[in-house]
Amino acid sequence: MNENVGIVIVSHSADVARGTAMMVEQMVGHEVPLGWCGGDPDGGLGTNVEAIMAAIDKAWSEKGVAILVDLGGAETNSEMAIEMLPDARRGRVVVCNAPVVEGAVMAATEAASGATLEAVRRTAEELTPV
Amino acid sequence: MNELKASVLMRHEVGLHARPSVKLTKLAKGFDSRIDLGLSPDGPWVDAKSIVKVMATKAPKDSIIYFRAEGKDAKAALDALVMLVDGDFQNGP
Repeated sequence: MNENVGIVIVSHSADVARGTAMMVEQMVGHEVPLGWCGGDPDGGLGTNVEAIMAAIDKAWSEKGVAILVDLGGAETNSEMAIEMLPDARRGRVVVCNAPVVEGAVMAATEAASGATLEAVRRTAEELTPV
Repeated sequence: MNELKASVLMRHEVGLHARPSVKLTKLAKGFDSRIDLGLSPDGPWVDAKSIVKVMATKAPKDSIIYFRAEGKDAKAALDALVMLVDGDFQNGP
C-alpha cells in the first residue's frame, strides 16, 4: 500500500497526458502513484471511460486518487469512470477543478507530503480563480 | 515558543520557478513547524508549505529569501531550507 494520494491525468491528447506525467515525475518525483491516459485508440483526440478506469487502477492508493482533466469530455468521462468503480473505491476518487498541467504538478507536490485527498484537491484548486 | 528567522541569497539562474519551488515546498513539508517565506525581512509572508503560494512569489535570481519558523523543529527546518537555497537547489528532497 502506498501512503500517498495517487494522481491521474486525463487529456484528449495522449501527448499532453504523457508530457504532463513526465513533468510530475521529473519535478516532484516517483513517490506519488501516477496514472495517465489520453487520445482514442486510433491515435486521434479523445477520452474514454475504460482507459480512465485503468489509469485510476494504476494510480490507486488507499488514501484515494485525484484526477486532473482538460476539457469537457475528459471531465464527464472521468465522472462516469468514478461511477463505475467498486463501492469501496468510489468515494475516494475526486475530479479537481484545476488546469491539467499546473494542477497535476501542484497536486502531486501536495500528495508527496502524505497529505489527505481533500488537501491535495484543495491545493490543485487554489489555482482556479473563484 | 520563539520564532526563528533566517535569510539566504538565491543565486539560482531562473529564480524561484517551478522546480526550485517544488523542492523547497517538499522540504518545508517535512517539518512540523510553521514556516513562512518572504522576500523582505518584514514580509509579506507566505506559507512555505504551500506550493501554489511559493511559486506565485516569482522571486527572481539574486533575491534574498527570508524565512521565519515557529515550532519544535524550527531551527532544523531553517538550517535545511537555507542549505537548499544556498546549494542552488541541488540537494533537495
